Parts: sequence; structure tokens; C-alpha cells
Amino acid sequence: MGWIALRMLTGDRVKFIGLLFGVAFSTLLITQQLSIFVNLVMRGGVSVQEVATADIWVMDPATRTADATAPMPSTALERVRGVEGVAYASPLIRTGAVVRTPEGDLEPVNIVGVDDATLIGLPRNMAEGDRLSLLEPDAVFIDDVGARRLFPLDYDVVGTRLELNDQRAVIHGITDSIPTFTSTVILYTRYSNALRYAPGTRNRLSFVLVRSVEGIDAGEVAESIEAETGLKARTSTDFAREGIFFIIENTGIPFNFGITVLLGFVVGVAIVSLTFSLFIRDNIKQFGALKAIGVTNGRIRRMVAVQAGFVGLVGYGIGVLLAELFFVSFAALDTFKGFFMPWQIPLFAAVVVLIMILLTGFLALRNVLKTEPAEVFR
Amino acid sequence: MSETIIIDGIVKEFPITRDNSIRVLHGIDLEIKTGELTYLIGESGSGKTTLISIVAGILYPTQGTVHVFGTDIYQLTDTELVNFRLDNIGFIFQQYNLIPTLTSAENAAVPLYAAGMGRKEGAERGRAILDKLNILDQAEKLPRQLSGGQQQRVTIARALIHEPRLVVCDEPTAALDAASGRRVMDLLREVALAPDRAVIIVTHDNRVFDLADRILEIEDGRITHDGKGLPDGH
Repeated sequence: MGWIALRMLTGDRVKFIGLLFGVAFSTLLITQQLSIFVNLVMRGGVSVQEVATADIWVMDPATRTADATAPMPSTALERVRGVEGVAYASPLIRTGAVVRTPEGDLEPVNIVGVDDATLIGLPRNMAEGDRLSLLEPDAVFIDDVGARRLFPLDYDVVGTRLELNDQRAVIHGITDSIPTFTSTVILYTRYSNALRYAPGTRNRLSFVLVRSVEGIDAGEVAESIEAETGLKARTSTDFAREGIFFIIENTGIPFNFGITVLLGFVVGVAIVSLTFSLFIRDNIKQFGALKAIGVTNGRIRRMVAVQAGFVGLVGYGIGVLLAELFFVSFAALDTFKGFFMPWQIPLFAAVVVLIMILLTGFLALRNVLKTEPAEVFR
Repeated sequence: MSETIIIDGIVKEFPITRDNSIRVLHGIDLEIKTGELTYLIGESGSGKTTLISIVAGILYPTQGTVHVFGTDIYQLTDTELVNFRLDNIGFIFQQYNLIPTLTSAENAAVPLYAAGMGRKEGAERGRAILDKLNILDQAEKLPRQLSGGQQQRVTIARALIHEPRLVVCDEPTAALDAASGRRVMDLLREVALAPDRAVIIVTHDNRVFDLADRILEIEDGRITHDGKGLPDGH
């Protein structure tokens, strides 16, 4: 009887498409919005994740994230280097500055000053240029998204001279990196240059990037650093996570996306339950006739379950496919650079669709089961 | 096994408020034999549809018993009763109630599918009975592509395909013009009637009364006429 149930369902094209639309729209909204939310808040940790060589970040106890820093005295570097379990440690400065664009506009930028000798602190990948060219005088690298924002399309960025806080800087390369949450343009330079570009108070050191000795747990080394220096030390994983939770706790983003996801669910339930009820109502005589002929309530239940399950499965598939198409289609846009759909989100959407289908299927089934077979004679 | 349907003291009341109910059937006693075309006639609201529903096992009586070929059907469990209907009773409805998205052959085979038969085998059997009813050429058409008379023939095929011993028909000609109605009733008499099968037809279509072996008239929930001919006044 399952195939009869499916023929009944698909034969009513308008309602069938309406049902698919309801489930697909809901799935699309949930998966797409949740994926954007997750990718957006994960940008709170990209500054940390981009630095592959460090497994511990050391900072002033007042520092909360890679973008909300409190400076430390430069002596902190030596104190950290003295802790047992530290293989090597290098300084990193993150500070703000203003750059004058080729059009003459002023654009706020973040300056990241990496270790002069090792260049530890640079992102993993370069889109253009050689990493060692940062050793050139006044050399800076610009992040690729920032380059597209500051310069016109087809502009030859490498070799461009900038006015950075009224000082000369020359772009020698473009990094290939995921934008941070604030999407501020990032200029990478050597630590010594950064101190020059962004003069300030006596204490300038933002972080000490540490690599722990191989075989020793980074978490234990971080605890030792905290105990011996009084500074705050976090493993890269923990610090990236803290950056993500900082955004979750301090912005209205989770609430706004939560509302969208909830609306997706509510609209989906409304469309699907209304259409499914109409479909059942239109077929109530046929269901009544089947009951009179000798189809048990158990079989009727299975027929409705097949119909609801089919709608759920196909609608869910279309929704996830559309969400994936969205990310593929817009991957070239800087806004969505590096965005992807974590596997947990389609799984979550599947659970939501299952709840939706169980709810609407149950409501529709009640009408069918309430129908007395004798009603077909009336 | 008994060859008759015995209706004994059937009373049916429908609640109209929490404390009040209306009595539609007032203690009906009947015996319906196989090999006969039995008409149940009466005015609208007289209780004939209620009675046929009770006889067909789709409406529980308030009092009384119905023995269909020896089985006290209202002593069966719900599932047993559903299975009993599937095995023993064929239904012909006034509004056909065909499934709009199934072909004629598939619609005819619905009782076989309900009994667990495969799709292809069922459709093959459906075509065979449609052939018997002279509408094999309509076998692959959907109900909306058929005339009223053709749809009623498919309904007859559906009622007979599993060779039930009791066929109940509710106003089978009501939605048809005179000629089509006559043809459907002729066909019913020709193919439905069998020595081991009882056929009960609810109708008030006096154009086809001459085809009945027995006519029962019901008025206000009581049998007022039982005989071969028409009651006085018709």
C-alpha cells in the first residue's frame, strides 16, 4: 500500500509541491542561517588558528581575545622563554593604525607585528609574494580580503607604497587568510617595524607565541607559564574558542540567528501542516473507502507515515542542496570566504525536519483515524 | 457455514446531546439469503443507509446482533472485523470513491493490494475483471478520464475482484443518467449475483425496481414491506 500512498501524494501536484516547498524552505533557512552563524562566530578564532607554529598564546591577564588586547612589557618574552617545557617563544604585536588609500581615503587597519627573525605569527598561506620578502625595509603584507577592499579590481597591489600612520610602507605580498570577525584590513610586518608604525605607550607586546617541547602537553606548559610568570597562557585551541565565545556572549548575533532559525521552523511547520491537512481532507473519502474495504488503521498509519516521510526526505534533500549551492555560489565573495556547512548542521536540520514531519503527520493522521468508514455511505 | 445473513433486533441510536439520543433503527429483524438481489428502499432519513452500514460491519449497532454467514461480526475484535470485511464484503459507493491517481485496473485491485498482493499481479487481476465488465479499454485511464457510468463499473470491479460473499451498494445509480443507471444495474445483476453471494442495494431509483428479487421498504427505522413486488403507493 506504500506505493498507493505515494501515488496519492504525488498525484496532487500543487499540494505536493507546496509540501516540498515548506520542508525545503525550512531546511534551507535552518541550514544556511546556522552555517552562516557558525562560520561568522568562528571568525572570532581565526587570528589564532592562522598561526600554525604556536601551540600556546601568552598574554596579559586583562587580554580577552586576539583583537581585545592589553599590552605587556617586553620583558615578558624572556620570562616565558625561561619556563620549562617552552621550546621557543616569539613576540607578537597587534595594534591599530590608519592607512591612506590610493584614492586618498583613510582606512583603519590592524597591524600585526611578527617576530623579526623567524616571522612566526604570519598566516599559513600566501596568495602572492614570498614570505621572506617581509625582511625588506618597510615591507608589509596585506590580507587578500583587505587588498580587495583597499584597491580597485586588477590593481597591481604588490609593490604599492602606502602611507601608514604617516610613515612609508611597501606591500611585498598578499596573504591568503580568512577575514576576522570585524573584517578589518590586516597589515603584517616585522615586530620592529610595527613598533615604528604604531608608536604608543611603554608596554607594547601583545602576545608571546610559544611552541612547547615535543612530548610535553601544551596544556601543562600553559599552566606552568601562568604559575611562573603571572601572565595568562592558553593553548591555541582554548584561546580560539575563547574568541568565539566572546562574540557569542557579547553580541546579539546568536539571538538574531536563533530567531531566524526558529522562524524557519515555525513557517515550515505552518506551511507543511496546513498543506498536509488540506491534502488529507481532500483524500478523506478515499481513506474512508479504504477503511471500509478492509484496510486496517495500522496500514493507514503506515500510508500516512510513508507520505510524510517521503515529503520530509525529498524536501530536506532539496533544502540542504540549495544551502550547499548557496555556499558554492557565493564562495568567491569576501563576505563568505572560507564559509562551509559543518556536518552537524544538516544533522540538526534533519532532526528538526523529523520533528516537523512527526508533528504534522500526527495532526493529519488524527483526522484520518477519526474518520468512520460508515461516513463513505453518507 | 450458514448461507444467510441474520439481522436480529438491531437498534441504532445516535447521540444528539450528552443526555439525549435519536433512535434511527427500532429493532430490525431480517434474514437475507444468498443468490438474491435485495433492494432496500425508503425515504431519505428512513434509516436504510444506517442499516446497510451495520450489515456491512462498518457501524456498530446500539443493540442486536448481525450474523454474516455464521459469524457474529460485532463480537469480533476491531482488527478481526476489518479483516472479515476485506475477505467477505464488497462495497459499491454512490460517489465511487476511486483513488484519483490510480488507473482503473489499479483501483479495481485495491482490495487485493489491501490483502497484500503485489502491484503487478494486482493490476493484472484488475484488468481481467475489467475485461469481464467490458471496459478493458479503460484499464489504464485515471478516474477523471472516465464517464460516470465507467467509474461505477470500475467500482463494481473493485467490489467483486476479491470474490466477496456479500456485496453492499449504496445508491449505485444516483449519480448516473437513466440509461447509464439501467446498464449498471443490469450489469450488477449479471455479474454480482451468484448462488453463494448476497447482494443488498440501497436505492430509491424506481426505474430499476423491476430487477430486484426482493424489496424491503424501511420507514422511520422499521421494515414496513418485505416482498418480491413493490409496496403499495409505488
